[in-house]
Amino acid sequence: MHDMYGKGILKGLGVSLKRFAETYLDDLVWLGKRYRTDKGISHRLSKDARGIFTVQYPEEKIPVPEEFRFVPFLVYDEGPNGEKPLRCTSCGICAKVCPPQCIWIVRSTDPVTGRPIPDPAKFFVDGDICMNCGLCAEFCPFDAIKMDHDYELASFTRNVYDITMLSKSAGYYESIRPANAKREDAARAAKAATRIGQAE
Amino acid sequence: MANPAPVQTLDLSARFPGVLSPDTRPGYSGWMVENARLLEFAAALRDDLGYDYLSSVTAVDYLPEGKMEVVYHVYKTTGGPGLVFKIQVPRADPVEVPSLVSIYPGAELQEREAWDLFGIKFTGHPDLRRILMWEGFAGHPMRKDWHEPYFEEEAKPLKSRWPDGTLIMAESKNQYGDNIAYPKGFNPESQTFDPEKALYAALRTYQKDELGLDTDHIIVNIGPQHPSTHGVFRVAVVLDGEKIVNLKPVMGYLHRNHEKIGERNTFIMNMPYTDRLDYLSSMSNNFGYALAVEKLMNVKPTERAEYIRVMMAEMTRIANHLMAIGALLNDLGAFFTPMLYALEERELLLDIFEAVSGSRMMCNYFRFGGVARDLPEGVLPKIKDLFFERLPRKIEEIDRFLSGNEIIRSRGIGQGVLTAEDAIKYSAAGPLLRASGIPYDVRRADPYSIYDRFEFDVVVRTNGDIYDRLMVRFDEIRQSIRIVQQAVKQLPDGPVMALKPMYQVRVPPGEAYGRVEGPKGELGFYVISNGKPTPWRYHVRAPSFINLTSFGPICIGQKVADVVAVLGSIDIVLGEVDR
Repeated sequence: MHDMYGKGILKGLGVSLKRFAETYLDDLVWLGKRYRTDKGISHRLSKDARGIFTVQYPEEKIPVPEEFRFVPFLVYDEGPNGEKPLRCTSCGICAKVCPPQCIWIVRSTDPVTGRPIPDPAKFFVDGDICMNCGLCAEFCPFDAIKMDHDYELASFTRNVYDITMLSKSAGYYESIRPANAKREDAARAAKAATRIGQAE
Repeated sequence: MANPAPVQTLDLSARFPGVLSPDTRPGYSGWMVENARLLEFAAALRDDLGYDYLSSVTAVDYLPEGKMEVVYHVYKTTGGPGLVFKIQVPRADPVEVPSLVSIYPGAELQEREAWDLFGIKFTGHPDLRRILMWEGFAGHPMRKDWHEPYFEEEAKPLKSRWPDGTLIMAESKNQYGDNIAYPKGFNPESQTFDPEKALYAALRTYQKDELGLDTDHIIVNIGPQHPSTHGVFRVAVVLDGEKIVNLKPVMGYLHRNHEKIGERNTFIMNMPYTDRLDYLSSMSNNFGYALAVEKLMNVKPTERAEYIRVMMAEMTRIANHLMAIGALLNDLGAFFTPMLYALEERELLLDIFEAVSGSRMMCNYFRFGGVARDLPEGVLPKIKDLFFERLPRKIEEIDRFLSGNEIIRSRGIGQGVLTAEDAIKYSAAGPLLRASGIPYDVRRADPYSIYDRFEFDVVVRTNGDIYDRLMVRFDEIRQSIRIVQQAVKQLPDGPVMALKPMYQVRVPPGEAYGRVEGPKGELGFYVISNGKPTPWRYHVRAPSFINLTSFGPICIGQKVADVVAVLGSIDIVLGEVDR
């Protein structure tokens, strides 16, 4: 077992030394552009990365992929006159599928007839209970609730979001998830077209 | 049929007349065994029929029928489908059932769990104590009539959330000092009851020194707050000098009753919860659970989904083994350099998980009948880059860095040996079992998904020591790279979901046991549906937990310094041990 007389340790140290040298080699190759540049960061996340991997958060941030999911938000469409109608119809599917049950919805009712209207009166997401699973966004039939990209949520109080804090524009949604937004818009348009076709 | 059971062709009832009868409930399979003759049957099963591996022991509370059932899953280590047998007893307090520990010692921890959570007394068990809850806990929480303080409803979705859901913060109704129930006559203020007494009593197997010398045994507690226990895990050891005389794992510090939560969740809600079991390998956890529910629903995932699943599961295995190798080296004293070398590669794998599923660790990616979404653009080239160029080279580098190292060799070779017989006896699984010379891998022994289409070797090493367990993980990484390479080449086009996405799936009544070869060993999900939106029973056969059964036997006779190395080589994750 010990017939190698420390050769194994030396071989291992060789690996360490090689990696140590690579750090400086890569720094030289990139001439200071290795850090704090988008190209440098993506190089350090690629298959060719060698040397120091560490991303110096918060000075540097790794770009999040499109599918990245964090606490949900509600999408509103921007009307031509500045109105902000939420896509949400308060159908409650998100509240019913939420595994830790962190979504609370109060449905609006018509003040005259007392019948429910498809519009949420109150909408809460208890962000400290939310497990960021994304099931609400996945099963929403109206593309009304979506997962956010903003992961910097540190605060001095409980992260409980009400309807005003949750509402974000369709433009914002498109900016964080372009491919998804495009696909969903097309699907919604197709659905609307068939509905009009049926009506005629 | 939801559960094709080839064992039915073997006419067991003719072989054991009067002992067993087939389980004829719709959707169920297996055999009902006569309570009084369980031991006799199990012994014959092991010795004559070759079912030498007890995979899972669990209990089910059939409250409406007034019955408790204990369910056993046994397999042959030579491969092939398994056998399920059950015993039923009337629901009483406590329920008494003969213990199988004398025949299958691997039942030890699992029977303790069933006692703790269901109140089933296993007569003849050598050390029947609570395991996840503390001594003095009121009641048995997995019983259907047990409710926690501030119990809201039997099943989700909760009615308070919609359509009139004005938020009530959980802490406002769950104040300190008022959220716990005690047994009758138990006063925490004036208690003289020592919760550790039972543990220490179980540990003392004091024998007189053969030399007649007056040396005292001492009890040392390692953990629960100890950096080398990989979490809140505690080991109580009895020492004679530096030699370990006896050892008991103490767990439950991270217990959250995952299974009770699972029985209140709808089927789909459980998917993200399974991520939190073994949080280093969430894709494999998803896989096992999806398989079990798909068996019940009789759904087959699409071709493309199958390939994506296999790719993700194998990447998880690599990520997990890199972590295991790094952590073991940390435990051996190579402080963080090997760990960080391993973590670098793991980070690149997690980048892929993040791009595909939206989260690095809590993937929640599998759905019944497929996966949540197709691979986004740009992911497949990234996988190709990693698996054809970088990973094979980097694994060799880490291997060169570590395997020849004299310190690792002298601390690993011949230390912490688990023999092949013991590995089977104690129901060890995964790398622990294969390092002991048993070529048992669920992917080959009882193929699931599309593993029968890939070329790979079942990794096996024969010495069963710490070094071999390390080497088995290196070999398994190489095999996983091979599988991913083949899967990338064969990946077909097409949909990734066989069903229309539904937020509440309809699951026909019945039982199913879905098992996968997780990175830590056989991961099984035993699910019973009664046709409602929530499972009636949801049990996890957690490899980390069951592998700890052999932890004591491995360590006895070793030096105390090796406990940490042995634990590192077993590779546990406390999220799965404590559930």
